[in-house]
Amino acid sequence: MKVTFPHMGHMWICLAAMLEYLGVEVVVPPPTSKRTLTLGARHAPEFACLPLKLNLGNFIEAAERGADTILMAGGCGPCRFGYYAQVEHAILEDLGYNYRLVVMEPPQRHVGELLSKIKYITGHSSWWEVIRGIRFGYQKARMVDELERQAHYLRPRESHRGSTDKAFQRALQEIIPVKHPRDLPKAAERARKIMAQVAIKPRPVLRVGIVGEIFTLLEPFANHDLERKLGYLGVQADRSIYLSEWINDHLFLGLVRGLRSRREACRAAPPYLNHFVGGHGQETVGSTVIYARQGYDGVIQLLPFTCMPEIVAHSVLPGLSNELDIPTLTITVDEQSGEAGLVTRLEAFVDLLARKRGVVV
Amino acid sequence: MKGYLGIDVGSVSTNLVFMGENGKIREAIYLRTRGQPIFALQEGLRQLAERLPANTVVRGVGTTGSGRYLAGIIAGADVVKNEITSHAVAASTLVPGVQTILEIGGQDSKIIILRNGVVTDFAMNTVCAAGTGSFLDQQAARLNIPIEDFGELALKSTVPVRIAGRCAVFAESDMIHKQQMGYSLPDILAGLCEALVRNYLNNVGKGKEILPPVVFQGGVAANAGMRRAFEQALGLEVHVPPHYNVMGAVGAALLAREKMAGGGTSRFRGFGVAKTRFKAGGFECEGCPNLCEVVEITREGEVIARWGDRCGRWSGSLGCQENAV
Repeated sequence: MKVTFPHMGHMWICLAAMLEYLGVEVVVPPPTSKRTLTLGARHAPEFACLPLKLNLGNFIEAAERGADTILMAGGCGPCRFGYYAQVEHAILEDLGYNYRLVVMEPPQRHVGELLSKIKYITGHSSWWEVIRGIRFGYQKARMVDELERQAHYLRPRESHRGSTDKAFQRALQEIIPVKHPRDLPKAAERARKIMAQVAIKPRPVLRVGIVGEIFTLLEPFANHDLERKLGYLGVQADRSIYLSEWINDHLFLGLVRGLRSRREACRAAPPYLNHFVGGHGQETVGSTVIYARQGYDGVIQLLPFTCMPEIVAHSVLPGLSNELDIPTLTITVDEQSGEAGLVTRLEAFVDLLARKRGVVV
Repeated sequence: MKGYLGIDVGSVSTNLVFMGENGKIREAIYLRTRGQPIFALQEGLRQLAERLPANTVVRGVGTTGSGRYLAGIIAGADVVKNEITSHAVAASTLVPGVQTILEIGGQDSKIIILRNGVVTDFAMNTVCAAGTGSFLDQQAARLNIPIEDFGELALKSTVPVRIAGRCAVFAESDMIHKQQMGYSLPDILAGLCEALVRNYLNNVGKGKEILPPVVFQGGVAANAGMRRAFEQALGLEVHVPPHYNVMGAVGAALLAREKMAGGGTSRFRGFGVAKTRFKAGGFECEGCPNLCEVVEITREGEVIARWGDRCGRWSGSLGCQENAV
């Protein structure tokens, strides 16, 4: 069995770590690229959202490397994502790929449901081993998120353009090859040291929160490297959901304490949006409220074209933006997105924020 | 004479203005880009050099528009700013107190909201309000009327026909339908203006508070029919400033003046640029599956700028001062 899974930012680092620790052979799809998108968009329904197209492309490219089993998340509720695993599998079958499909539905009652799915893939591992494997993958996710946060802080302040990105890539190379939990702390130290070496200059920096649909938030290919672009424009970005937070919320049901969670975001959403609308719609509204309270300069909402939950949130944002005095910008992405248009909107938005605050970035 | 140069390289038009130190516009040039921004810019600089006295000193250069980086490299710009900021700066300088700017160019439509002289909100066309200017141009050509007469003809209408305006494809087929039903040309043209205004307000202006004074600028502002349709839809007076079609360039010149106020010498390469041989070439990088299209600008055979790669492999391999415009 050679297991593959779709790309979503740096998720592969933590998934591969977990599965390989449990002795499963893993085929990581090649990094999501224009080719991935071309393959996916060719075979996906036109009005499906970007995540489906990219997932499909990932699976086709992984098959070229010998993958035969798909590990995919499921879901429920108004967002279509819940049936993407089945739809993608059916499309792949029509195309002649012989994939086995394992869907990890978010546990409804307890973590046991999730564990049994993982145990199905790992086969012979003991329960204890499975739990240790999950913990190992999760620790890697925490580490990657920490490095990414560090990069968000450094990028607008770096003395030499591009030095943060280089350091970040080198730091990741310390984390990725670690095969056993006992080696992780030392690798983490080395990674932190690399990030600490980036030279910075004190300068006025704007703070912008990024909210929206999780896949477009986490996958830099889908959002045209939004965080890097913002960094270069002198903006310290904060993402409203990081991978480790999402894992804790949705797979561990909030078991790990002390992390930012979707519950705070959902609590902050009323009276603008009082109930679940699917996907991360309610979190988008709530996180925007939280960012406004924390004194952020602005908020950017990201969504794939045709994403229903985010469209609901989008229609709520203008009123909220007026009342709480926080500028918002909505960016919709799909395979038709052009980069020049995105850059113009970002520059204009940052100009607006800078002039409002009276700083020159 | 001393002054500032503002350059706006757009998809349809390339505009240059020369602004005196007191902020007065001395010369304004409006050219068609015709898909060749470098050539249009060089032609503009050549015409400008002809019109200006020989002792002219350019104290600063600003570029804007979708070709701003390209123009910035070629002319040697001191400031490169996007269209929204340039248009807002120009409108609030020429029309003090402006609170709403409606901007419709060849390809892009935008709305800019200002309060107390500061941009507080903006929006650009999303999926289906793009290309209003180009569409009007194309319809005028199809009906065989000069684009300059379009607006005056529309004003003659007494009963505008209702036209479906969601997107250019539907608008055109509905226009043809109305023609075949026998409506008069002025009524159809006025109906088209109303449809485009409706579409603009529904898509671009959605959720924005439009307060007076309202300024209408961009190439389409020349069309009196569009102006009247806006006034009727908003119930407000709509101002069209004298330099409505080169406002981006005016804004770029103003931003250049702002930037150079602290002193320093301009990076302007001189009007001789018009005679220099620039070439934009490109290649597909095969370093990874992204297959980025890398653009290369050469001056007299020497590479002076590169962009388009995601990873920085090519754009980062040149001297920093050339790139970092």
